[in-house]
Amino acid sequence: MAVKNILKVENLAFVRNDLVQFEPISFVLSLGESLHLEGANGSGKTTFFQLLIGMLQPSAGKLYFRDQLFKDCRFEYLSDILFIGHQAGVKSALSVEENLRWMSPDNTTPKQITLALKAVELAHYANIPCHNLSAGQHRRVALARLMTSNASLWYLDEPFAALDKQGVDFIESCMQNHLEKGGSIVFSSHQDLAKMAARRYKLTPFQEQS
Amino acid sequence: MSNFISGGFKAYLYRDLLLSVRDKTDLVKPLIFFLLIAALVPLAIAPEAQRLAKLAPGLIWMLAVLATMLSIERLFSDDLNDGSLEQMLLSPNLLIMPVLGKVTAHWLVIGLPLTLLSPVIGIWFSLPSVAVIPMMLSLVLGTAVLSLIGAVGAALTLPRQGGVLLALLVMPLYMPVLIFGSATIQSAVDGLNWIGPLAMLAAFLAIAIALCPLAITAGLRLAKNG
Amino acid sequence: MKLNVQWTWFHRLGSPRWFYQKTQRWLPWLSLVMLTLMVTGLVWGLAFAPPDAKQGNSFRIIYLHVPASIVALAGYYFMAIAGAIGLIWRIKLSYMLMRSAAPIGAALTFIALVTGAIWGKPTWGAYWVWDARITSMLILLFLYLGVMALRNTYSNNEVADKAAAILSLVGMVNVPIIYKSVDWWQTLHQSATIKLTGAPSMHPDMFMPLVVMILGFYSFYAVSLFLFTRAEILRRECRTSWVKQLVTHNLVEK
Repeated sequence: MAVKNILKVENLAFVRNDLVQFEPISFVLSLGESLHLEGANGSGKTTFFQLLIGMLQPSAGKLYFRDQLFKDCRFEYLSDILFIGHQAGVKSALSVEENLRWMSPDNTTPKQITLALKAVELAHYANIPCHNLSAGQHRRVALARLMTSNASLWYLDEPFAALDKQGVDFIESCMQNHLEKGGSIVFSSHQDLAKMAARRYKLTPFQEQS
Repeated sequence: MSNFISGGFKAYLYRDLLLSVRDKTDLVKPLIFFLLIAALVPLAIAPEAQRLAKLAPGLIWMLAVLATMLSIERLFSDDLNDGSLEQMLLSPNLLIMPVLGKVTAHWLVIGLPLTLLSPVIGIWFSLPSVAVIPMMLSLVLGTAVLSLIGAVGAALTLPRQGGVLLALLVMPLYMPVLIFGSATIQSAVDGLNWIGPLAMLAAFLAIAIALCPLAITAGLRLAKNG
Repeated sequence: MKLNVQWTWFHRLGSPRWFYQKTQRWLPWLSLVMLTLMVTGLVWGLAFAPPDAKQGNSFRIIYLHVPASIVALAGYYFMAIAGAIGLIWRIKLSYMLMRSAAPIGAALTFIALVTGAIWGKPTWGAYWVWDARITSMLILLFLYLGVMALRNTYSNNEVADKAAAILSLVGMVNVPIIYKSVDWWQTLHQSATIKLTGAPSMHPDMFMPLVVMILGFYSFYAVSLFLFTRAEILRRECRTSWVKQLVTHNLVEK
């Protein structure tokens, strides 16, 4: 039976310090679809991503991956997602190429690595240790993963923040490619995308019931 | 070479060793500290060989404890700050394998060199030569336990680093190791059976390898939540 | 149905509000019991019990030292078990009790150590001896302090509770190990093993006030625990309606 929905979120809620962070979230994501998470700063978008990748335990609600509960398919789920958050995950003592190779799947060929580095304009820095690079360049190393990853489901937490036009273009083309190949994306951003339209979901603060 | 998802014990061991080698100060600092403090002791106490020899077993072990405590704090903090910890926790595989890899790398960089340097300290403190092998054996096993227990403290104190809390947490756990470690050396000096206390250290190591990774992984997951 | 009732009771037991209301009724009686026991025990032990043949009057400090040690150690096990219950069944009240147990236990351990030192000087000539019991007590103090310090490390309450519970459990295993290790260490060094348990058989006239004091300290522990936990409940549940009502009700009355 073909699985139509790659991700289903049902009334996911999170309590921190006895405060409910946002109104419970529910949506369904199918293959080849992307979801644009909207919400004001501090509305809980990053917390929600942390819930999605299993870093935090939800206080209520269920998460389904390919119609299976998260806790039943943890291995398959975590093997098939790509998460790029606020931190680059780049080690300063290692070179650009070593860092990208560590963050890419096992079967990535050196040619693919070189292509990815070229795309983010870091090809010349391939063997330079990352402590010589700026924070923005670290970010580009992390974003190069968009080209080497073979995960089906992408989670991108504010990927466009503080990027120049070239950077934004790069991410958007990667995203388009991914969707065309049947992958899915959940991302958060304050702006609309230029090249593609995505479904929206707005995070709202929790309403106390008296 | 594996990546952060498939990487298990070997991958993380290799990676952490590579990182230590690239950043050479990491390797050498605790050892220099070990030697410096050891050199200060005769000035503080008395340079007489007899007095130093009496204190030697305990002193050597105290130095090992201090060197481990000072260096273990950094085990996870760099990973937390640059985002590597997040990626490590995202792996679908058992988290205890990368953790054991990192702790082993720490031991190879701190505990093992300490053990190899200890005969020098033995000479400085007029330790009888009959006690040298027992001392090194006790350090080899004991520093591994110290690294494992220290890693538990490092994981639990990730959100707020600053040595004192780490020391407070691991000190009660270090005590039995310290007792039996210095007892091994002391027994050898006194001509008594030193295999007994050494066996206790080996037992501690077995328990630590079994239990510490669980506590470490629990602490790491808590650190990302807090 | 019996099953329903059981579930309700267990559920209610885990509710902070239920605890707050119940302890409100228990506290006055419990405080009375505590005061009676403590005063009786102190007066009896300090004034009326016969002086010891060997130690004279200085032995009277045991009426503070022994109960404090016993309740400090029992309190640690209570704290660890409360933490375990919180971890396994995710009951918030259990965590709150665990948190309150830490400072009380730490204070009692401190009292035990100080009174032990006061007892040691006239009796054996030394304020401090590194024997198994004293060292274990000292480590107990550090464990308590560690649990208290750890909860301040995490800004997230739920996470802090979990970390403190893990630490308490680890410590619970560690205390017997340390006791045994130091014991063995002492025999290895053939130091004078001072028996701090006092005379093996105590005259009933000396023993009875001790029992009263032990019970008194236990009730003191219960009273303090309830007071601390009630404060913690108010702090943690400050956003719920019943707490808000309670506070405004009190304000309006005044």
